Amino acid sequence: MKVLKKDPEKCIACHACEETCSKLYFKEENPDKACLRIKETDSHPEIITCTQCGECIDICPVIAITRDKNGIVRIDQKKCVGCFMCVGFCPELAMFMHDDYIEPFKCVSCGQCVKVCPTGAIYISEE
Amino acid sequence: MILNEYKYELGTIERGYNNRSLYINLSDNTIKEKEVTQFMKDKFIGGKGFGLWYLWNAVTPETKWNDPENEIVIAHGPIAGITQYPGSGKSLVVTLSPLTHMPMDSNVGGYFGPYLKFSGFDALELQGKAEKDVIIFIDGNRGIVQIMESDVEEKDSHLLSEILTDRFAKNEEDKKNVSVVSTGSAADNTLIGLLNFSFYDIRRKAVRLKQAGRGGIGTVFRDKKIKALVVRFEGTKGNLNNPADQGKINKAGIKLHREICLLDDKQNRMRKIGTANIIEIMDQYDLLPTHNYKFGSHKDTYKISSDKFQARVTQGLPDGCWYGCSLSCAKAADDFIPETGPYKGQKVIVDGPEYENAAALGSNIGVFDRDAVLELNFYCDTYGIDTISFGTLTAFIMECYENGILDKEKTGGLELYFGNKEAALELIHQMARGEGFGKIAGLGIRRMKKIFIEEYGADADFLNDIGMEQKGLEYSEYLSKESLAQQGGYGLTNKGPQHDEAWLIFMDMVNNQIPTFEDKAEALHYFPMFRTWFGLMGLCKLPWNDIVPEDNKYTDEPAKIPEHVQNYVDLFNGITGKNIDKHELIRQSERVYNFQRIFNIRMGYGKRIHDRTPYRSMGPVTEEEYLSRQERYDNQLKELVGIDPEGMTTKEKIAALRKYREDQYEKLTDAVYQRRGWTMDGVPTIKKLKELDMDIPELIEVVEQHL
Repeated sequence: MKVLKKDPEKCIACHACEETCSKLYFKEENPDKACLRIKETDSHPEIITCTQCGECIDICPVIAITRDKNGIVRIDQKKCVGCFMCVGFCPELAMFMHDDYIEPFKCVSCGQCVKVCPTGAIYISEE
Repeated sequence: MILNEYKYELGTIERGYNNRSLYINLSDNTIKEKEVTQFMKDKFIGGKGFGLWYLWNAVTPETKWNDPENEIVIAHGPIAGITQYPGSGKSLVVTLSPLTHMPMDSNVGGYFGPYLKFSGFDALELQGKAEKDVIIFIDGNRGIVQIMESDVEEKDSHLLSEILTDRFAKNEEDKKNVSVVSTGSAADNTLIGLLNFSFYDIRRKAVRLKQAGRGGIGTVFRDKKIKALVVRFEGTKGNLNNPADQGKINKAGIKLHREICLLDDKQNRMRKIGTANIIEIMDQYDLLPTHNYKFGSHKDTYKISSDKFQARVTQGLPDGCWYGCSLSCAKAADDFIPETGPYKGQKVIVDGPEYENAAALGSNIGVFDRDAVLELNFYCDTYGIDTISFGTLTAFIMECYENGILDKEKTGGLELYFGNKEAALELIHQMARGEGFGKIAGLGIRRMKKIFIEEYGADADFLNDIGMEQKGLEYSEYLSKESLAQQGGYGLTNKGPQHDEAWLIFMDMVNNQIPTFEDKAEALHYFPMFRTWFGLMGLCKLPWNDIVPEDNKYTDEPAKIPEHVQNYVDLFNGITGKNIDKHELIRQSERVYNFQRIFNIRMGYGKRIHDRTPYRSMGPVTEEEYLSRQERYDNQLKELVGIDPEGMTTKEKIAALRKYREDQYEKLTDAVYQRRGWTMDGVPTIKKLKELDMDIPELIEVVEQHL
């Protein structure tokens, strides 16, 4: 299973990953619409990513969240009723939503963000 | 056979309202739409406000519960159907009650309310009586309402709801889009019938039931010869209410989901065990009704404690009764095998146990046996009987039996002493079959008292003291003896002694936060008004205070949960685009609360005399009760009453304590009426109605006769 991993000490908070992700997902460079987040703190930045742990699968009241054959946790937007329980219950806080949309969104380990990271602070790992 | 079919234009919900309701008359099979007016929205908001308003217009002061003009109104409310905030899928059911002869309202989960809303209606009004059993079907995607003759043989809800879900769903995947309202065979033969609202549990692949339990609404349903209501709506999404500000709703919802995620395990364990989490806590504080409310605890409570039930709750995944309820108090025991009755030996699902059921069907009737509680719970639900009324009236019968007022001859052989689970189960089966002593028991405590006094020569004073009913409705399951505020919380209510208006025991008795009459009166103003609001909106009470923010205790008014009150203000404003604050929220409720009081008065009740309560709710009736807590009562005589109990007989001490406590209740009543803006006879004043913009001519006309 491919999982997006992080090495926060290398992160320089350039936000290129967020921009790439939101552009890919929502055709818009907007960090609030990215499937991962870089949170700037007093020390090194915090990188918030999905670990594909799957806690959200059991939380979903309509079984809209499942693990695909590659092990990636995915949301079926058609089934989703937009309750955002998965957002509140994610142990990594890596299930995201935006008021422009009525369904949440999350990282599917596609790796596009990794390609634009200048320091290797994020990388795809085979688990 | 289809008796009538009505086609309607599908519409969209605007800011929480469809602006129309559905009216059905079963006497002549009329089906029509009615406009929901601005007047209705301004004065009554929605939910039970709409239910009460429609009922007011349908009946006269002479209308009886079984007259054709009586209605059952099912309405949700402007916030209902949102998926982002826990507890937002409730239906409010209103009818003239066979137990109280006044308007009854009951708040119930399940998918019917939201699907009715998404199908295009803010309320469903059912009037008239059918000749033969009918099923009413609303197809919310095709815009069709049908009244059809029922061809279903089954009479009990767990089967009925399953059969009708199968029939009206296109396939397995579609079952979640169907919700059924039904009752069971005992609703035909008793006055304590309830309504089961279904939702399809996609993980269990089974139909689950939630109950509109109180006040005999299921009895009215069967009197109208309704077998079931079915709604089907495909396409639930998070924005169907077309709210003014979706972001406001999302924000409040996610904040609460997070709070529940982090704190529920440390607070009330609603996700793990639900309301049953308080069984042993109530016992510990001497508040768990035991042996017809004689006592508040029992040495065997551990046998029905929450961990015993938790061990029987299956699947291990929390269930909500509407999408987005992360508090998820709903629970079920799969593969339960009843040992008695028509479903003996079959595997069934028991929804629950709720705290109320464990107390009503357990400690209050002396049955400290987990599986017996579950079996009674299962049969109450599927037969369509209110567990609270059943438990409380059975406890009354058992005390009568142990006092020789009843015997085997009068009960047709049932040995109804405390703890006899076989007799309790047989009583419920008799209610379902409409046989034997079950028929008498099913009339409720008020009518039983009359029969026992007039036909069996029982002592009227004793029965009135121990019969735990008021306004005709059986008490719910908390011991109020040591909390004057809770005595008022039960007694000074609109529909009867149900704790949904105010639950003040801890504030009053344990934490001593409301010591004076004025403090108690303020609490008995604020909390009933605040809690009424849930019923106007289509909301559940539990996510308000069964989870609290971590810093709640540092706020100015922790009992009100200020942050959650603000959430509700945000939800209402987010949906409707209005700009209310927490004070206007209370005024919205006050309008409907006072309207309901006046409705009671119009029906010949709703005055001070009807707010009196049985002495068992206030203090020890018998020597056995007094002696069981003698030190407590003796001390109270010394410290509160100013009497030295030394040398007094127990009888004298009981009388002295009673005089004091009854006087306290009268003083409390004075203070509460004053705070609510009522006369000392309990009638809302015209000044109060003017303040609330509720000086509607037809209300003034009623109150004027009583001022």
